[in-house]
Amino acid sequence: MIKAILVFNNHGKPRLTKFYQYFTEDMQQQIIKETFQLVSKRDDNVCNFLEGGSLIGGSDYKLIYRHYATLYFVFCVDSSESELGILDLIQVFVETLDKCFENVCELDLIFHVDKVHYILNELVMGGMVLETNMTEILSRIEEQNKLEKQESGLAAARAVSAVKNMNLPQQFKEMKLPDLPQAIKDLKF
Amino acid sequence: MALKKVRGNLERMFDKNLTDLVRGIRNNKDNEAKYIAQCIEEIKQELRQDNLAVKATAVAKLTYLQMLGYDMSWAGFNVIEVMSSSKFTYKRIGYLASSQSFHADTELLMLTTNMVRKDLNSQNQYDAGVALSALSCFISADLARDLANDIMTLLTSTKPYLRKKAVLMMYKVFLKFPEALRPAFPRLKEKLEDPDSGVQSAAVNVVCELARKNPKNYLSLAPVFFKLMTTSSNNWMLIKIIKLFGALTPLEPRLGKKLIEPLTNLIHSTSAMSLLYECINTVIAVLISISSGMPNHSASIQLCVQKLRILIEDSDQNLKYLGLLAMSKILKTHPKSVQSHKDLVMQCLDDKDESIRLRALDLLYGMVSKKTLMEIVKKLMVHMDKAEGTTYRDELLSKIIDICSQNNYQYITNFEWYVSVLVELTRMEGTQHGRLVAEQMVDVAVRVVAVRVFTVRQMALLLDNTHLLAQPTAKMADVLYAAAWICGEFAHELPDKQVTLESMLNSRITGLPPHIQAVYVHNILKVFSKIIESTDEDQIPKICQLLIDKLPQFVCSGDLEVQERASSALQLVKLVQKQVTSRESSSIVEIVVSLFSGEMNPVAPKAQRKVQVPDGLDLDSWINEPPSSSSEEEIEEEIRTKVNDMFITNNTERKPSHEPTDEELVKLREARRQEQALNPHYLKSVSNPVTEVPITPIDLSVPLIIPEQKKEEMKKRKDKVASKMGKGKKKKKKHKGENDDGAGDGTEIYVNRDKGEMPDGAQDSGDEPSDMRDVDDPHRALDINLDEPLREEERLPVLEHRSSEKAGKSRSNKSKEKKKSLMTVPTTDFWQGDYQEMPTTKNEEVTVKKKKRKTSTEKSGSNSKHSTKPEGKKKRRDSERDNSVVGELVPIKEGYEEAVGISTPSKESQVITSTISTTAHQPSLTNLAKNKVLNIVS
Repeated sequence: MIKAILVFNNHGKPRLTKFYQYFTEDMQQQIIKETFQLVSKRDDNVCNFLEGGSLIGGSDYKLIYRHYATLYFVFCVDSSESELGILDLIQVFVETLDKCFENVCELDLIFHVDKVHYILNELVMGGMVLETNMTEILSRIEEQNKLEKQESGLAAARAVSAVKNMNLPQQFKEMKLPDLPQAIKDLKF
Repeated sequence: MALKKVRGNLERMFDKNLTDLVRGIRNNKDNEAKYIAQCIEEIKQELRQDNLAVKATAVAKLTYLQMLGYDMSWAGFNVIEVMSSSKFTYKRIGYLASSQSFHADTELLMLTTNMVRKDLNSQNQYDAGVALSALSCFISADLARDLANDIMTLLTSTKPYLRKKAVLMMYKVFLKFPEALRPAFPRLKEKLEDPDSGVQSAAVNVVCELARKNPKNYLSLAPVFFKLMTTSSNNWMLIKIIKLFGALTPLEPRLGKKLIEPLTNLIHSTSAMSLLYECINTVIAVLISISSGMPNHSASIQLCVQKLRILIEDSDQNLKYLGLLAMSKILKTHPKSVQSHKDLVMQCLDDKDESIRLRALDLLYGMVSKKTLMEIVKKLMVHMDKAEGTTYRDELLSKIIDICSQNNYQYITNFEWYVSVLVELTRMEGTQHGRLVAEQMVDVAVRVVAVRVFTVRQMALLLDNTHLLAQPTAKMADVLYAAAWICGEFAHELPDKQVTLESMLNSRITGLPPHIQAVYVHNILKVFSKIIESTDEDQIPKICQLLIDKLPQFVCSGDLEVQERASSALQLVKLVQKQVTSRESSSIVEIVVSLFSGEMNPVAPKAQRKVQVPDGLDLDSWINEPPSSSSEEEIEEEIRTKVNDMFITNNTERKPSHEPTDEELVKLREARRQEQALNPHYLKSVSNPVTEVPITPIDLSVPLIIPEQKKEEMKKRKDKVASKMGKGKKKKKKHKGENDDGAGDGTEIYVNRDKGEMPDGAQDSGDEPSDMRDVDDPHRALDINLDEPLREEERLPVLEHRSSEKAGKSRSNKSKEKKKSLMTVPTTDFWQGDYQEMPTTKNEEVTVKKKKRKTSTEKSGSNSKHSTKPEGKKKRRDSERDNSVVGELVPIKEGYEEAVGISTPSKESQVITSTISTTAHQPSLTNLAKNKVLNIVS
């Protein structure tokens, strides 16, 4: 099982965090910080495995990471995962990102973290490896993007009316008639 | 004016999408927190609006902020709103947000049940896809129970994409709802032979996860996996299967024998390092499980070690690391074949990579022999001097101690050397392992009589030497604890007792942690008693005066324990001085000496627990009526705990207790001895002949265990006889626990390698069988026998489709049932209130219907494929079925109205029955029970 997937840059700024086990937000930040400290002090020519941090896991867990340019991709996995397999998976992930964003760089991850999540969701689900075949992954992502595009085409026409609707209750509020929006809501049924 | 406002709103809406938020944060690096707080305010505004597009954007922004550590649980409702959108774009945003922020304990989850169910049954496979992905992150026990059946249905979907996700999802369902495992397992098993390799791989993945924790239940699948292993070329799957076999072989040696050949072939043929590595790992596991009886057994080991050597010699650090890791597994069973690669391991100790050095250290543990121990330890000490990181240095220190103390000091031939090493180790600054070193010192001093003189001298030097005192906060100060105790306990071996006594009274000691000071005080008394025993009476008052001068510094201690011990010691010394100077009674010296006479011996770590309750003793009944104040037992208990707690770390919370004066103490002790003499369950007092003391014979076939933790804790003063027995045993047992690996130097040292003493009548049961798994580990609940046929009541809670299961047999009953069910449907809506609070608009796809519920609708034909039973069961397709509603009602959830144009099969209201409980059809159902579960159609 994969317990967490973290992507952060050379300064420890998180670019993607995915926890497959619940941690509070504070805890998540602490984990990111600790992981960064563990990983960042390692040279580039040492091995990519690191026996776990204290916050996540324990003795059964390992950190497996790769460092690409400005980004660290860190997977926290237990002993049921193959170490080299996970390294391959990170490679697949990064190559997929590269295909999707066309020469991926840190900025892509910064501004499209949602898309990165969608891509990751095609690789890993609930901490288990879902798919490793890149063509399959890419075609799934492509199809979903197409679906999104179709919808946005339709949505353009609706946008105008949406804007109108949106401002109505806002205006009522500003006229200090607190009862009205409720009334309007009821009318809609 | 109003127009301006509108425009302002418009701009804001169009401006602040996710990209703008990110850009804004980047532009406001100096006051990021303030900027984000402002953004969150805006997001709150946006969430209040009715436009779902705006809400979706707001939720997307929140998801981003969540990554930066901002709580978004307050927006749970809005997330659910966005999730329920019929548009894939928004749905995806909503589900992403939910997967990041929801967890199994989120209360809002109960609102999502029907929505998720609707999405799972959606025509669009990606709706179901995103729902499954998110659900896998936040599934709760309730959701698992309610949705298990829908996910099961997806296992037979025509779309491989959904089958694959559903298979993985089932694992999460099992964890939360273990009852689902047995009914779902046959179908999961089918998926191992799914035509789509992705699904197959997912199924292998799930079974591996299940089997890892409860391997014995999955042995029956071995043939299927074996076939997969020999036919598949998907490396990912092969790795998983091979890992699974590694978990299975310890339970079934025959499997191991069968595996060796194909695995060896793979090792020879594969080019993928990951696969090669896993093969080696599993071969190792196999070889461990079948420790003998294989003809080409050593050949396989040789092959593994050879390949591992190649890995370790590789320039790729990762392979090097893994090679060492696997090597340490071989080491446990075949140390000989690894020992020949000692050069390689030593080389790795010099590697610049800490992970690799640590792995190499692990290997060293098994590589030592009597001959090599000193050399290896020497090398490690050099490393320790060079090491810069404290963690690595700590690791080295504890490794040195591990290596030396393994198997009760099996490899140590020269204990004087070992004591010197320990003393040397005390010079390491800033380590955490002071206590470890201290325990070793005490252990060696107690167990190895031959070097006791040497040890005591070294300890006396340590006490004299103030380098440890110089850094009282350092953990190494714990060593002084051991030094003080050893010098006190074996004071008769001290070269110059008076000097030691003086150094123990050094005023700098008051800077040490209290638990060490307490031991100092106590052992000062011991040394004192030894001195007054041996010197002539004229000298005694002088020594007493020294103590009387110096002890008050401990009496002033802020720590109760130290204070208490110091004041009673002080009083005792004063008494001695008075008695000796006035020459009233010369016996006082003997009395004081008798306080500390007797010898300590190791007690088995479990001894305390093993003391048997005598017949007829009810520990729960009152001996005296409760409201007595500090009775004798309590005082006695008090004393005992004091003796027992070796490392009293912090006593400040200790209640001030009535401290018996010295006379009282002596009296008490006397009284206790009396009592013990009468009590058959105590070891008899000195006067009894030694041979009569029943001692548990020590079973030598049981591997000798180092009583590691605080064995000293249990040493009790009263076991005088036991100590004598212990000596006897020592001689009997000399060197039996050792392997004769050829270090036949003439000096034989008697080392007490016993497990320690056990109480009368108690048996050493070895390690108690205990479930190592955490109590919270969900896998405990998954320890379920999967080979038993399914029982009737084990069905999954299903959306009511009972008629289909009866396969037309009871058509006539349907209408009746329907009526019955209609009556049982509660009229108040369970969730209505919640939904009303949600702002709804005409744009919103989720419209909550009040009070209106379709209790049954025509089932739209299910296009999902039925499971194909291996026995060749006919596929059944009951497309026209009434959904009669029967049974106990578990919360009924409101149905959702569909967006126009999209029809899903789940339009009916959903009533969950947990079991089939109708009595009328029981017999006819019994036969079908098994198939039914496999063929649930919805």
